[in-house]
Amino acid sequence: MAAPFELSDDSVVVIIGTGAGGGVLANELAQKGVSVVALEAGGRYLPEDYINDEWDSFGQLAWLDARTTSGDWRVAKDFSGLPAWIVKAVGGTTTHWAGASLRFQDHEWKAATNYGPVQGASLLDWPIDPREMDDYYTKAETKLGVTRTGDRAGLPGNNNFKVFEAGAKALGYTEVHTGRMAINSANNDDRLACQQTGFCFQGCKWGAKWSAAYTDIPRGEATGNLEVRERAHVLKIEHDDSGKVTGVVYADADGNQHLQKARIVCVAGNSIESPRLLLNSASSMFPDGLANSSGQVGRNYMRHMTGSVYAVFDKPVKMWRGTTMAGIIQDESRHDPSRGFVGGYELETLALGLPFMAAFLDPGGWGREFTTALDSYENMAGMWIVGEDMPQETNRITLNHDVKDQYGLPAPNVHFDDHPNDIAMRNHAYKQGMAVYDAVGATRVFPTPPYPSTHNLGTNRMSENPRDGVVNKHGQTHDIANLFISDGSQFTTGAAENPTLTIVALAIRQADFIAAEMGRNTL
Amino acid sequence: MTASKKGLTRRQLLSRSVAAGASLVVGSGFVAGNSATWAMGVDHLQPATMATLIQMARDIYPHDHVADEFYAIAVKGYDSADSAPMIEAGIAALDTAAQGKGHASYVDTGWERDRVDILRGIENSGFFQTIRGGLVTGLYNQKDVWPLFGYEGESFSKGGYLDRGFDDINWI
Repeated sequence: MAAPFELSDDSVVVIIGTGAGGGVLANELAQKGVSVVALEAGGRYLPEDYINDEWDSFGQLAWLDARTTSGDWRVAKDFSGLPAWIVKAVGGTTTHWAGASLRFQDHEWKAATNYGPVQGASLLDWPIDPREMDDYYTKAETKLGVTRTGDRAGLPGNNNFKVFEAGAKALGYTEVHTGRMAINSANNDDRLACQQTGFCFQGCKWGAKWSAAYTDIPRGEATGNLEVRERAHVLKIEHDDSGKVTGVVYADADGNQHLQKARIVCVAGNSIESPRLLLNSASSMFPDGLANSSGQVGRNYMRHMTGSVYAVFDKPVKMWRGTTMAGIIQDESRHDPSRGFVGGYELETLALGLPFMAAFLDPGGWGREFTTALDSYENMAGMWIVGEDMPQETNRITLNHDVKDQYGLPAPNVHFDDHPNDIAMRNHAYKQGMAVYDAVGATRVFPTPPYPSTHNLGTNRMSENPRDGVVNKHGQTHDIANLFISDGSQFTTGAAENPTLTIVALAIRQADFIAAEMGRNTL
Repeated sequence: MTASKKGLTRRQLLSRSVAAGASLVVGSGFVAGNSATWAMGVDHLQPATMATLIQMARDIYPHDHVADEFYAIAVKGYDSADSAPMIEAGIAALDTAAQGKGHASYVDTGWERDRVDILRGIENSGFFQTIRGGLVTGLYNQKDVWPLFGYEGESFSKGGYLDRGFDDINWI
């Protein structure tokens, strides 16, 4: 039940984007009695709408607006118009995510201190004490129903996990289990238990996986304090002569533009669109874009060091059956520079259906080397590599004035060069991942290159010193008190872990801060 | 299915066509498998061009257990007024390349390794990359192809795999 607020109502908090950051923040504020208008570029899709078909689902959910790429990363060659595989829908990429919900390790909050100087990297410590996050992580785990936290049991292992686990143990790894997953192992919080359907990436048709689309969003709406406007694409944030933001201009489903006034604006459009919006909101007062006195808006783009390892065996695996990512090896997530790189990585089970395997196993590949791999699709097992990548100032989102989106605004260009540390870590992870499968009799292994980014981070980063980043420890922009960043773009560093749990924990924490400041009339 | 049986007997069909490579025949306005289990009408492309395109598709993504019909379906969309000039030109260049290597034409190049060698020579061309890129979805996103690879597709309507073997591996 929507709570329609007037366009002219300048008492509302406007949140741009409804994913793990914006969707959670919207509900948390609404629960506290704060009036919220959430503007979502995409439409509303619920479990009954999701499609158990990779390309059809991609067409339904993916963010496909014009984007360009540059840099030496392989994605720029293989998928030049698709730097990221993220979602345009109410609930954002929480419809697509795999559900892996890991806390940062303590040392990762202070990467600059713990890793020391890394040439070419713009490492910083987060301006947050890890101990302060403990309670917020617990709240986030409870909200998401994360398995192996609280009293929630782990998920059962599927075929793909059993191969992965056996290989890991043969190799001597000890931290191997079915993951801490925001996927119910038993009915919980009005959501069903996992039915081992596969298709986690296509939206969970059982609702067993947590997504803001059918939890936080409707719960926020039920308070009467949250209005979600779908197919409302924000084009620009406006400000007054004092430099405070006053509202946002958005295009509705018919392309008609509206100005929604606001007391506070929170940007949560993912790490490509969020900095793009700040840059596209440049004015005579802020010629370099909003909140950009540091020049850091759009910089330090991180996407995690990723890759995959697939392996073929002489007998069937049927890896597509069951939970897509319920399997993890954590032994390599530690910081241990003796391996030749700083930071660490996780190995997580992963399966793709035949259509996506054809697209992603070896993009551009053809001939029998390629097709004999797919001939053994039924006998294939797979894992994903996700590790900490180095922030670099030159990896950044910029406005590409040569390419315009459907509203005539400059498209974002995503520039990324791998850092030598990223490459060293990836090579180590490929070697270990292939060894896992070799240990249980793989007849052929495939070190598969990165997919379009699902973890987009760091482009409005959090910093103690306003000179070094865009937002303070509350996600509040250093330059504009009533402008916040509420998504993964506020990440100072990426850590090795899948980012959603931390995005959710930070959103809960930010809601506490915003509500308290509003209560004190300081915002 | 865009390929269809024409209602001809095998003998009738073969009497109206000539061989195009090892497994295809072409006739006036159609391409067919030489076993006559399927035939596909062509409206904008020369039938011989379509036959060559089908062979090229197989040579790019060769799966010996996948019948020609599925490759034909994968490239059927190029039989349009918009695409035909590009395809005719690309296939003509392919035949020229084959002739440059001493073969009568691409489809008359008997060994796959020799056809692949010809394809390697044009793999950076826009024509090759268009055909290859299109096949990634055109071939592998055909639901009728999936069972040939063991892939089971949609599972929600069957209740997922919770009671249908999500953990049934027996050799690990």
